[in-house]
Amino acid sequence: MKLEIVDHDYMHPGHVGCPGCGAAIAMRFVLKALEEKTVMVIPACCWSIIAGPYPQSTLQIPVIHTAFETGGAVASGVRAALDMNGDTETTVVTWAGDGGTFDIGFQALSGAVERNENFMYICYDNEAYMNTGVQRSSSTPYGAWTTTTPNREWKRMRKKNIVEALAAHRIPYVATASIAYPEDLVRKVKKARAMKGSRFIHIYATCPTGWRMPSEMAVKIARMAVQTNIFPLYEVEDGLHYTLNFTPKGYLVKEYFHLQGRFKHLAESDLDQIQKMVDEDWELLQRKASVFV
Amino acid sequence: MKRVLEGSDAVAEAVRLAKAEVISAYPITPQTHIVERLAEFCADGRLNARFLRVESEHSALAALIGASSMGVRTFTATSSQGLALMHELLHWASGARLPIVMADVNRALAPGWNIWADQTDSLAQRDTGWIQFYCETGQETLDTTLQAFRLAERVDLPVMVLLDAFFLSHTYEPVDIPDQEAVDRFLPPFQLRFALNIQKPFSLSQLAPPNVYMEMRRSIHEAMQQTLDEFVVVEEDFEKIFGRRHGAVEEIACEDAEIILVTSGTITSTAREVIGKLRSRGEPVGILKVKLFRPFPVALIRQSLSRAKKVAVIDRNFSFGASGIFAQEVRAALCGLPERPPVFGYVAGLGGRDVTTEAIEEIYRHTESRSSPDEESIWIGLHEVDHEAGNC
Repeated sequence: MKLEIVDHDYMHPGHVGCPGCGAAIAMRFVLKALEEKTVMVIPACCWSIIAGPYPQSTLQIPVIHTAFETGGAVASGVRAALDMNGDTETTVVTWAGDGGTFDIGFQALSGAVERNENFMYICYDNEAYMNTGVQRSSSTPYGAWTTTTPNREWKRMRKKNIVEALAAHRIPYVATASIAYPEDLVRKVKKARAMKGSRFIHIYATCPTGWRMPSEMAVKIARMAVQTNIFPLYEVEDGLHYTLNFTPKGYLVKEYFHLQGRFKHLAESDLDQIQKMVDEDWELLQRKASVFV
Repeated sequence: MKRVLEGSDAVAEAVRLAKAEVISAYPITPQTHIVERLAEFCADGRLNARFLRVESEHSALAALIGASSMGVRTFTATSSQGLALMHELLHWASGARLPIVMADVNRALAPGWNIWADQTDSLAQRDTGWIQFYCETGQETLDTTLQAFRLAERVDLPVMVLLDAFFLSHTYEPVDIPDQEAVDRFLPPFQLRFALNIQKPFSLSQLAPPNVYMEMRRSIHEAMQQTLDEFVVVEEDFEKIFGRRHGAVEEIACEDAEIILVTSGTITSTAREVIGKLRSRGEPVGILKVKLFRPFPVALIRQSLSRAKKVAVIDRNFSFGASGIFAQEVRAALCGLPERPPVFGYVAGLGGRDVTTEAIEEIYRHTESRSSPDEESIWIGLHEVDHEAGNC
């Protein structure tokens, strides 16, 4: 398969992420797809640190760092100002973690996309508050250890389905993407860039530090999440039209779970239950995809 | 052109004349008339601005932080709970040195629910780095809102224009609405010193470690200090064009006054009435109206109050465990003087209770009859409350 990703990088070398940081890989590919005409809004998240301290920055585009829960709102203001200045071409992108998207920033995000603000919101999802030391978020999956769900208190709630929540707003474009599938990721960001209105992309961005796994596993684990249907790759247009981008090879979830320290406490019976949950979700998704073909 | 307007309309007219480019707001009583009027201006084309109808006050200010960072003129209005919800971003706006202008209609904080006048909402934000102006009349509100844009954009700090709930926001008065051409001479188009642009990318508000943070905070303080002089220039220019000025503080019959009442907002108007009567009986009383609260005009306050024998501060606000907030600030301003008058602190009119001419006269009599205050704060017009009976 031919790689259709530009060579040029919009990141300087020297970001301060952990080794194997999925969020850094995600940013690199997203910027390749967005190119120069971009203003980025970064609410509090790992990337508030990864970009580097004043006066340095690893990012070669204009960036506004902002408060945790403001990703949707600050981007709305940036868009309004650009429009008032006659610049309707520049893409406004919010780049937020799962805490800033699923939890504290959900209200502002919902408000912005309900208004169908003309911007792109990208959530890089590492499934917990990693920057503050691995605390659970509503994106943390069922079964996971975190520092606030330790030992026997491992998380027994499902991960919030943010993609369906956004699709329910009937915005033009919602998609999932993964750092293990860069061509698919770049294609989706480019597709979103060419659209108007609110666009949401959910990127699976592994975190070796928080997931308790070796850094060289970052991409492999992301690939397995797709192959096991734990994180299916798909697109939803106008909240109605589903496209599944990847046909799974039938890997079992336990192969994915066994490789990560955050799940090591789970018994076989727990994994059986998780397999059932993943199978149900996949079936539901397939049915949705068949409603409007 | 003179028209009979509400205080809320006066704000909206000023924002229209200032040609704000992005407005964002969330409804709260009694701020709504301001934003309804602005929404009409945007809808009928009298104002060419984007109006963002966001889902909370927090997002209203967040949106303006985004817009202002791109170099456009911005405005929002709120009140009470809404301002409290914005608290985090009040710090953000000043820390990012964004000249956002906001009108806050001073309303009491819950519980219990109370939509009436009380300044505690904005005074509780005194450490957020916003310039604060407390207005007395519709005309002053319009003029101050225009001046707020000019001042904010000169010193790169956000400005809050404060008006008492209902007593000012919903009271109709004759207000002179200036011509657009005259306003354009007073208020040049906005140019932010460090607006984001894609030709020359940089980052705003990024990680600031201990080696740089302190200097950033110092520069905000310096801008606040500079505001005291800059506001004089703004008022001089305003007076040249419009023939009016209101002052950071206003002395009313203070020259020979032995007792000076310190007031802010609409209580000042009632106090003017009272001292008119007292003066006609030969009683040596004056008023110092404090309009500019942040930066606190210490030199002006000292100059006006050091001559008095006694000072009586009237606060429609309270800091629990301390005192009325203007009283605190006035005491702090005077304490460095070798000779200083005793400062009596009076708390009145919380949650919209009327501060009548009789109440102000009572404050004067109380001050006159004592050589120094018996307590830190004297609460005026308190009802007896029988907690055992479960009623009051």
